[in-house]
Amino acid sequence: MTALRFAVTDGWTITRRDLLHWRRAPSIAVITLLFPVLLLLMFSYLLGGGMAVPDGGDYREFLVPGMAAMVMLFGLETTFTSVATDATRGITDRFRSLPMSPSAVVLGRAGADLLQSLATIAVLIGAGLLVGWRWHNGLGPALGALAMLILLRIALLAVGIFLGLLAADPQAVVAMQILVWPFGFLSNVFTSPATMPGWLGTIADANPVSATVAAVRELCGNPGWPGTSWFAENATLLAVVWPLVLLAIFFPLAVRRYQRLNR
Amino acid sequence: MPAIEATGLVKRYGADTALAGLDLAVPEGTVCGLLGPNGAGKTTAVRILTTLLRPDAGHATVAGIDVVKDPAKAKAALGLVGQHAAVDEVLSGRENLQLFGRLHHLGARTATRRADELLAAFGLTDAATKSVRHYSGGMRRRLDLAAGLITEPRVLFLDEPTTGLDPRSRAEIWSAVRDLVRRGTTVLLTTQYLEEADQLADRIALLDHGRLAAEGTSDELKAVLGGDRVEVLLVDQSDVDEAAHLLAVPGLEVDRDAAKVSIPATDRVDTLSGVIRTLADAAIPAQDIAIRRPTLDEVFLHLTATEVPA
Ligand SMILES: Nc1ncnc2c1ncn2[C@@H]1O[C@H](COP(=O)(O)OP(=O)(O)OP(=O)(O)O)[C@@H](O)[C@H]1O
Ligand SMILES: [Mg+2]
Repeated sequence: MTALRFAVTDGWTITRRDLLHWRRAPSIAVITLLFPVLLLLMFSYLLGGGMAVPDGGDYREFLVPGMAAMVMLFGLETTFTSVATDATRGITDRFRSLPMSPSAVVLGRAGADLLQSLATIAVLIGAGLLVGWRWHNGLGPALGALAMLILLRIALLAVGIFLGLLAADPQAVVAMQILVWPFGFLSNVFTSPATMPGWLGTIADANPVSATVAAVRELCGNPGWPGTSWFAENATLLAVVWPLVLLAIFFPLAVRRYQRLNR
Repeated sequence: MPAIEATGLVKRYGADTALAGLDLAVPEGTVCGLLGPNGAGKTTAVRILTTLLRPDAGHATVAGIDVVKDPAKAKAALGLVGQHAAVDEVLSGRENLQLFGRLHHLGARTATRRADELLAAFGLTDAATKSVRHYSGGMRRRLDLAAGLITEPRVLFLDEPTTGLDPRSRAEIWSAVRDLVRRGTTVLLTTQYLEEADQLADRIALLDHGRLAAEGTSDELKAVLGGDRVEVLLVDQSDVDEAAHLLAVPGLEVDRDAAKVSIPATDRVDTLSGVIRTLADAAIPAQDIAIRRPTLDEVFLHLTATEVPA
């Protein structure tokens, strides 16, 4: 019982450390919050004119769910950088030498990163509403869509913690930042996988990001392309299954990696 | 019961052996200086004793608690200041100490009060609200040390606490360590500075290639080199041979390049005045004549020499 209580209170202490970071370095927080909005505006106003959307729908309606998933993907960089920085700077070792709850390090990280993603999503939704995006099926499904996004973020959290502990080098985030883009583009975020060469389109449909985006569009009643591949047809199911699979793989890996820091 | 006890600690990294069977016992309330050249295994030993690393073999207790079997309990009794400053760069000094205080399960108000006490004790009050990014290396190190002292641990581990500090900051840290010891904390400190071990440590353990090369008080270790010597620094290098000839006794040492001759100070002042007389009679001018105790540096070099001079 006390173990659980300390896991929560210590975890919150660590989450609050990140909140203090935002206050101490507000410019970084503002850039993180506004970057997806910048992308949304760039893609909808600079490139959006050339984009066809089924049923004469609005490209911005199409784009907002995709950008929301991109926010989750960008969160991977945040998780990775924080974990790798703490590992190299000796902060992780300091935590490990304190009589605090061992799971609090992960819980605190999860809390801080989820809060950051939620704040970024909130700003994106605000911007989306301003450029004409709406949810059309009522609040319930819209919250369901939010839950899908959070589920994806939680899965990426495990991935980020594992990779951060593995690399233990904050510089490696550059590699992550580069990798996030093919992951984002090889999906249905910006355009229909059906317009890609056949096999590439299938990969794009199979991308976990695509599943989440398709599910969010469905739940919010935003336009999307009817898929032809098995992955596209079962997107809503996959939006739940994919993150759970990622979690099942990477959560144990991350825990093991953390426990093996004493090797 | 010793505050720190290690028997047969072994740690291997692939083919490298960082610790090859380390035995160590530090009595309660004393300071043990762990000395050794780079790569001797000092940090490895500290990391095992502070539960951060599992030994491949051997057994260790801190404050009577097995660090492998009961790390959680051991952590409550120990404090660690690692080799590299482990503080949050973005937060201020006070925020850092509050954070670590909270993680020691102090209440919010106690954590703040303790943070302010420590900031004052380490001369950081003026910089309390500044981001650590803007701290100098010495300020960072002092903050790091303060973070290790939040709950006045029963056993404190300091891994090279003063490396890179100016003499004044070093003296401040020394006096902080002495205060703690006075209040009953046992300290194990590793250092590259032999003077530091000489100043602070009751006993010194000399580590080399993962093994204890020697152990004892500073005086005991210096006695390894055969005690005090009378050392003569001549004005003229060409006089060295004649001086050596006149002073000839067993244990005479000559350093031609430095124009130095030295003999064991068997009868202390009598030996000294004998040397002065001999040189004066032969009209050999000397710059400096003194009784000198071997420094720990010499002991260190002697005991950790990889090539034994022929
Ligand atoms: N994580 C590691 N992986 C591989 N080898 C390691 C690791 N940590 C230490 N070693 C090796 O173990 C040996 C002892 O290292 P250790 O850091 O304990 O030495 P040290 O006495 O603290 O040295 P220094 O005075 O330079 O801090 C070295 O040969 C080092 O290369
Ligand atoms: Mg070291």
